[in-house]
Amino acid sequence: MTTGSMDNPAPARAGLSIALAGSGGSGVMTAGTLLLAAAAKAGAYGLMVRTSGPQIRGGEAAALVRLSATPAESLDDGFDVLLALDWQNVQRFADEIPLSAASLIVGEAAEGEVPAAFLATGARHVALPMKATAKGIAGSWTNMVALGVAGALAGLPREALAAALRESWKRDEKSYEANLAAIDAGMAAAGKLGAVPSLPALEPKAGRWLISGNEAAGFGAIRGGVRFVAAYPITPATELLEWMAPALAKVGGTLLQAEDELASINMIVGASYAGVPSLTATAGPGLALMTEGIGLAVSAEVPVVVVDVMRGGPSTGIPAKSEQSDLSFAVSGLHGDAPRVVVAPTSITDCVAATQWSVHLAEALQSPVIVLSDQFMGQSRAIVDRPADSGVVGRRLVAEPNAPDFKRYRDTPSGISPMGIPGVPGTAYTADGLEKNELGTPSSGARDHRVQLDKRARKLAKFDYGAAWADVDGEGELAVIAFGSSVGPLREAIARVRASGVKVKLVAMRLLAPALPEKLDEALEGVRQVLVVEQNHGAQFYRYLRAWFDLPGRPESFHRPGPLPFRPAELAEAIVAAAGRISQPRHEAIAS
Amino acid sequence: MSAEREKAQAGAAVAEDRTGAVPQSIPALMAWALWLELDAAERYRELADAMEMHNNREVGALFRKMETIEGKHAESIMHSMEWTSPPPRPRGEAPWPGFEAPENVAHEDVHYLMQPWHALTLALKGEERAVRFFTALANESTVPAVQAAAREMAAEEQEHVDLVRAWLARVPPPDERWRDDPDPPRYLD
Amino acid sequence: MNDTATPASVAETGRPAVRTPANYKSATKPIWCPGCGDYSVLSSITKAFSMLALAPEEVVVVSGIGCSSRIPAYTSCYGFHGVHGRALAAGTGVKLARPELTVLVAGGDGDGYSIGGNHFLHACRRNVDLTYVVMDNHVYGMTKGQPSPTTEPDWDSKLAPGGTGVRAFHPLVIALASGANFVARAFSGDPNGTADILAQAIRHPGFSFVEILSPCVTFRPEQRTWKENVHPAPVAETDDPARAARRVMTDDGFNMGVLYAGRRKPYPLGRRADPVGVAELEAEFAA
Repeated sequence: MTTGSMDNPAPARAGLSIALAGSGGSGVMTAGTLLLAAAAKAGAYGLMVRTSGPQIRGGEAAALVRLSATPAESLDDGFDVLLALDWQNVQRFADEIPLSAASLIVGEAAEGEVPAAFLATGARHVALPMKATAKGIAGSWTNMVALGVAGALAGLPREALAAALRESWKRDEKSYEANLAAIDAGMAAAGKLGAVPSLPALEPKAGRWLISGNEAAGFGAIRGGVRFVAAYPITPATELLEWMAPALAKVGGTLLQAEDELASINMIVGASYAGVPSLTATAGPGLALMTEGIGLAVSAEVPVVVVDVMRGGPSTGIPAKSEQSDLSFAVSGLHGDAPRVVVAPTSITDCVAATQWSVHLAEALQSPVIVLSDQFMGQSRAIVDRPADSGVVGRRLVAEPNAPDFKRYRDTPSGISPMGIPGVPGTAYTADGLEKNELGTPSSGARDHRVQLDKRARKLAKFDYGAAWADVDGEGELAVIAFGSSVGPLREAIARVRASGVKVKLVAMRLLAPALPEKLDEALEGVRQVLVVEQNHGAQFYRYLRAWFDLPGRPESFHRPGPLPFRPAELAEAIVAAAGRISQPRHEAIAS
Repeated sequence: MSAEREKAQAGAAVAEDRTGAVPQSIPALMAWALWLELDAAERYRELADAMEMHNNREVGALFRKMETIEGKHAESIMHSMEWTSPPPRPRGEAPWPGFEAPENVAHEDVHYLMQPWHALTLALKGEERAVRFFTALANESTVPAVQAAAREMAAEEQEHVDLVRAWLARVPPPDERWRDDPDPPRYLD
Repeated sequence: MNDTATPASVAETGRPAVRTPANYKSATKPIWCPGCGDYSVLSSITKAFSMLALAPEEVVVVSGIGCSSRIPAYTSCYGFHGVHGRALAAGTGVKLARPELTVLVAGGDGDGYSIGGNHFLHACRRNVDLTYVVMDNHVYGMTKGQPSPTTEPDWDSKLAPGGTGVRAFHPLVIALASGANFVARAFSGDPNGTADILAQAIRHPGFSFVEILSPCVTFRPEQRTWKENVHPAPVAETDDPARAARRVMTDDGFNMGVLYAGRRKPYPLGRRADPVGVAELEAEFAA
């Protein structure tokens, strides 16, 4: 959407947002996927977000596609085009597909009236006989006509659409030709629809990737050295596992579908205890079941990575929609004093590096690491620049064979002590969830408990996390702190307010736990006011930061629950308001 | 245990004291004899550990002493046979009845509050079973050398019987409340 | 660390290459009640390891929570004493990660059949090559005498006065129905017989399940009479699970021995012999 809201006159990036909607059998997801693939071939950036009704098959669905000349991993404020193959229950998506008077609605001519919720926006409506067009081309599908319409509206070249179709085509040559003809027919029909914002002329760029956050996290895990995965299917984490199953096999690893999450976590603790970097992926309900096993990994000091692809909660919640509401649980949801690492990728691309880094942290610290991804990042597919390989690989401190005076839980200055690995003579020990002495023998002694608690806390607190703990940019008296998929729309909002002269600093935190107050202090130098942005109902991040960090001024919170993603405009508005509340320099007067 | 067995005097072997094939050679006999002692030593060690862990030091020390005695007996068998290490446990059915070697005190017969009287009573029964076992073996064997060796073993076990019986005479029998514990068991994990 | 116990009798003075059962015991002494059957099971396990001449460092003993689950630390092998009910999951992870290791999972009836019941079913059907030993005493010992899934329905306890009224679980039938590849019943009071069975179980490919009746002298003192009830199974093992199931469903619960030795293919543990480099995975992401 190029217009922006009244409060945010700064122009958004060049490009457009198209929603393709329809009910089961209409093929809008395929059309959206091909549109994104074609855009990538044409040299564009962008992403596709899937949304659908609760049905497994046949329900209403929409592919929300944003295309841009510059990197874009979040949705814009609204949509320039809503292209509907039918209107059955599509009004359910009215909140997810905001339109304005500048928007264009392209409706299938044979499918009746546009729902009032869409017309009320003042958007222009044009009916197109896409079904009839497809019917006129033997062997072609209506969604390919729609793809042609969308591609033409976006300004994509025919070759890009043809190449995308060709790459994905698994049927016979004749039907490929028919569907290419359907795309052509759609492109031709789009000519009569009037102008919408479109992509500028772009040059195809080699080296770009089309990747979902779930795939990115899986790939990052393998890059980091993970070779064993046990997991139980759960929305929206399943695709991560489905991607990893064949990929792990190729690199000589193993994935096992466990009977439940209790098994998954204990299997990976067992596998990692045996020396192989291990991971599981789940969502909130599964994470809840895993907590006892994660606590075991804390106590026995076994490295594991647990990816939580967050969805709406509590309980079963909203399985296929995003929310950042597992944060409190991830940072504090274990019984006992149980230090753990929590890492949140800040974008789809960052799912690679953040997960790779998480494997490194887990192995180096002999600790569980929870990776907080979410449904938005996990299930959205984006065109991104190839994520550079940080080269970070998980390496753990391992005891030498027959290490003299071996003590598995030796109280070292760093808190990290060499692990004995099965198969290695002379370093046998029993890993235990019971409190223990340095040898690993169960102990309920006050001193042993204290020593081991200190050791486990120290190894996390003293570790050098380097610069990766957060992405900090800009200067200003106002700082906005966020994590996870809130960062994408926030970056866009910040770009807009900066363009209109508001100075603001962004702190996108990647390392959520352990809390490193001195790092944040450094990042917040010169900042007088903080705004914490997050997508949940309880302001969990805000409360967490206030509990563990010293924040300047009177910290403010901008939070709301899922399932709707943050829009840049609402965040820009919140930033401008927060900046306006920074009072005259009363404290400085006192200080001078 | 049958009434007949209860009545049986040490040395007065009955059919129940033996089972399986009679070892036909001195090495075969002595291998079983050795393993009888090794099993007993191992069992006494386990029982001594258990008693020490449960703060019953007096009985723990007694079981430890029994472990040493059985170990020495095993050593003397090794020495007499000029074995530098124990031969592998003979395969097949053991020549004694039941699951365990005659001298073994069964795990389920001990108690954390047991007193030396109990321990010595159990040990005495074990030694008596050993006497009956070797006696029965001597009676059944048709090989003179095996007969003689079995009788010698029986005589040695009889010395143990007498020794243990003498110890037993020196310790007081328990009163009827010996196993009373005013506190309930503890919760652990 | 599990120091190998100092040899205390001539049994340990053998040639260094020979590993005696004592080589598999650690210096950590059991906390089990004197009289507990688990002492003998520990002894049987070390005997079985010795029979198979396994290197202690190439064996991992995995357990959950409960009296019997304390067993890993009493061995000189690598041990894993995890959380309640999840021993089979942890053991499966160890074996899948390191197929060359020998994995023995051990625990009690509460750990394996109640809180861990689901894992038991799936471990049987998955048929990963490991051995599962359950020391069954029909009672929760560590929490002071509550009924377990194998407790008789009329057994009186504080938590279930007058009994649970719920029929006991039949682990052997469940194991057979779920696909365990080796099923045996043993008795702790027969340490040498149990050691033989354990050695066979470890050698047998796939998931081997050994149910060991192991009396609890503290909460179930009447189990001292098990010694008089147990007897060798009157017929040899079968490779027909239906036949084995019929036998164990109709026997008196005290048939000892290997009851079933199947021919199911174990869960594949092999890894790709020619793994590709991680960079090769990138191709599929190219836009």
